[in-house]
Amino acid sequence: MSRFRVAIHIVPRKGILDPQGKAVADALHALGFSAVAEARVGRHLVLDVDAASADAATASARTMCDKLLANPVTEDYEIAGVVAA
Amino acid sequence: MKFGVITFPGSNCDEDAVLAVTEGLGADAVRLWHKDHDLQGADVVILPGGFSYGDYLRAGAIARFSPIMQEVIAHANRGGPVIGICNGFQIACEAHLLPGALLRNDSLQFRSQEVILRVENASTRFTNRYTAGQLLRIPIAHGDGRFTIEADGLRRLEDAGQVVFRYVDSKGNATAGANPNGSLDNIAGIVSAGGNVLGMMPHPERAIYQWLGSRDGLALFESMLAHVAA
Repeated sequence: MSRFRVAIHIVPRKGILDPQGKAVADALHALGFSAVAEARVGRHLVLDVDAASADAATASARTMCDKLLANPVTEDYEIAGVVAA
Repeated sequence: MKFGVITFPGSNCDEDAVLAVTEGLGADAVRLWHKDHDLQGADVVILPGGFSYGDYLRAGAIARFSPIMQEVIAHANRGGPVIGICNGFQIACEAHLLPGALLRNDSLQFRSQEVILRVENASTRFTNRYTAGQLLRIPIAHGDGRFTIEADGLRRLEDAGQVVFRYVDSKGNATAGANPNGSLDNIAGIVSAGGNVLGMMPHPERAIYQWLGSRDGLALFESMLAHVAA
């Protein structure tokens, strides 16, 4: 068993109105960052997980996302990185 | 008829719900704790409003795994009635007792105000004391009330008459201006496919007496008694 640090990105699914993302994009535009086409605001989670391998830690994190961390109706998630903790 | 009102850490409308069904309706109520494993003979379960577990992660996401929720899910799967109000609606969706999800209000503002609801389906066990098209004045108080569901699911809800309440203006029209949170199709409340689970963002338990501003919520609870008596 080793300890892995798993980073997870969760964002509102494309096509679902994200008022926070829109407010952020509007503010960026007001500051002159006109190159920003779209902003989406989600969550970033960092989990320290004990697992036999990085793959096992990733698989375990996916199960956690499916069961609790992301809402499959409205959100997409991505395992953004797995490193030795 | 005995109502079981669940208190989660962060619930704050549990006492209102108890008073609505005891003093308002004249029925029995039992207070249930989120760590309980037993509904104590409750015929109807009320998931009350509030901010269970601080709304951490997503509103209702953590409450859904409370020990008592396993009993509530089993009760609902047996056809037992469940009412989820506000945070309770969010919990019921997270527990898959109802389809869809509730997201941040499109205004990004917490909305605490009276709204007008149109009764869309008056033949459910929760609405049989209303008439279809009747307008109700009921308060809301939420920041995450924007009902969302995928297009197919929305069609199924609408086709099956599972949309029970809609936000409307004083003329009874479901306009964008009457929609306090950006819910799809101005949806304020839905029932499950089996008809035994109701979820709604407005608070009928806060509209029981005229001195509260409205007593339009009482008939929702009276409907349940009428359903049992029928």
